[in-house]
Amino acid sequence: MTAVAAPPAPPEAPPVRRVRRGGGLAPPWWFAVPALAVYALVMLYPSIAGAASAFTDWSGVGEQRSFVGLDNFQQLLQDDQALGALRSTLLLTVAIVVVQNGLGLLLALGVHTTIKSRMLLRVIFFAPVVVSPVMVSFLWKYVYNPAPDAGLNAVLGALGLGSLRQDWLGDPSLAIWSVAFTVIWQCAGYSMVIFLAGLEGVPKELHESAMVDGAGTVARFRHITWPLLAPAVTINVMLSTVGGLTLFTQIIAMTNGGPGYATDTLSTVLYKQAFVFGKFGYSTAVALVLALFVAAVSFVQIAYLRSRETTA
Amino acid sequence: MRTGYRPRTFVLELVMVATAVAFLFPVYALVTLAFKDPNQIANDPLALPDPPSAESFGTAWQSASLGSALLNSTLITVSSVIALIVLGSLSAYFLARRAGRLGYGLYILFLVGIILPFQLGMIPLYQLVSDLGLLGTYQGMILFYTGIQLPFTVFLYTGFIRSLPADYTNAALIDGATHLQAFRHVIFPLLRPITGTVLILNAVHIWNDFFTPLLYLGGSGRETVPVRVFAFVNEYTSDYGLVAAGLVLAAVPILVIFLVLQRYVIRGFSSGLKG
Repeated sequence: MTAVAAPPAPPEAPPVRRVRRGGGLAPPWWFAVPALAVYALVMLYPSIAGAASAFTDWSGVGEQRSFVGLDNFQQLLQDDQALGALRSTLLLTVAIVVVQNGLGLLLALGVHTTIKSRMLLRVIFFAPVVVSPVMVSFLWKYVYNPAPDAGLNAVLGALGLGSLRQDWLGDPSLAIWSVAFTVIWQCAGYSMVIFLAGLEGVPKELHESAMVDGAGTVARFRHITWPLLAPAVTINVMLSTVGGLTLFTQIIAMTNGGPGYATDTLSTVLYKQAFVFGKFGYSTAVALVLALFVAAVSFVQIAYLRSRETTA
Repeated sequence: MRTGYRPRTFVLELVMVATAVAFLFPVYALVTLAFKDPNQIANDPLALPDPPSAESFGTAWQSASLGSALLNSTLITVSSVIALIVLGSLSAYFLARRAGRLGYGLYILFLVGIILPFQLGMIPLYQLVSDLGLLGTYQGMILFYTGIQLPFTVFLYTGFIRSLPADYTNAALIDGATHLQAFRHVIFPLLRPITGTVLILNAVHIWNDFFTPLLYLGGSGRETVPVRVFAFVNEYTSDYGLVAAGLVLAAVPILVIFLVLQRYVIRGFSSGLKG
């Protein structure tokens, strides 16, 4: 009982390295420099330069360019092709977000059961995700072959549904849905895997006690599984939205924006304006609109879906 | 709910298998097409090849120069992924451990890159790559992929490192290790699970990318697999059997790797995206 709490000894020497809040000795700043340099060179600088040239009449060749204010944006508002592309982009995005994630959820629920083929089915449904979109596009271009005895039309004929045969990519009102379906076919497995990861996190005890209380499959899905899947929904909706808004490869490979302009999206319009028509200033204005669109939709979705997560 | 195997489960099994069969129809169409001769393609488009002929594969391999395309793709993908792992983990280590405004500000700056559509910087970047003399080179592509995939990589690494206790490195530092040694021998080995995710996600993305290599490598002789396939398909567009054989050949390498690694690939995708 003799010891009296001694005042803490003053540090004998100032620490050589500063201790940071995480309790770790912070590594020196140059750890971040190479990454930052490459990121700035490849993404930050070009994006800023791109945003700036949206206000010029730059043709893309040489340095000749002058400031034209909001002219490019005004032109965009009167450009039927660009407005049509904006409409197509939105339609495609909504279709992809809803159907891809709905299908992904159904597939995840199906293979998250005791069925014997569950592991094989997971591999099958996921496989298209790892194949290049350009190759998947060509595969589906054959499936959509307009000839009555090839691809999908041949199947319809064989099933006695010959009256449903279509010119899937050649019909202007149908083409965009054909492209959307290709994207959904390729990416449904991606949604499935994220939903599966979410389903793994739902405690079994909740389902068991709900079953004891007499809750059926539907009630348990509505009141237990669905709310707890909220984070997986957030990620899936975000990813498919950005993917839909910036869709490019599949369209170039399957329809090149046609027939007419029926499947042009903002991405294909800005590409054509830049590399086909040499209107770089106008093209970057379209790109800037696209970027703002993506940013705005992302923010709204994060805010809305995150609020759903916390109340769930 | 995982209870026993009941009649209901059997019905579900049938439904799911039927779905998978419908899902695989395009693959069946493509693979059988590749083994048919032109006569059979015209006459029975849905039947199995009879007799199967593998002739198209040799022709497709040659005309699409798939051998060199595979080498180009491998070189670009492997180098970019190594650069991403090294640069991404180093900077994420700094961002995760450096609290305060600088660390946080830089972290946000990297995150912005995740939602920035590449289309916005596409044209100035093309100019830059051209000015640096990197059009049509491997180095240009590696630089591009490293920069474009860094935000996502840094995001994954930073989240993981924040969950690691700082004690290990502190001990190493107090024992006289330099920061770089502590990182190499203490931190980096601990990052293995997330490095696996970073590797898989980036490799799949870079291997499959189409537009950028088309823009930067077109006509250089260093084209990647998707670019060669694009050119090949457009050239032989009416010869379905040949085009199908080319597509099958081009997809086989990535599918084989996927089947061997599928457990890690699927886990890597879902855990990587859970953040």
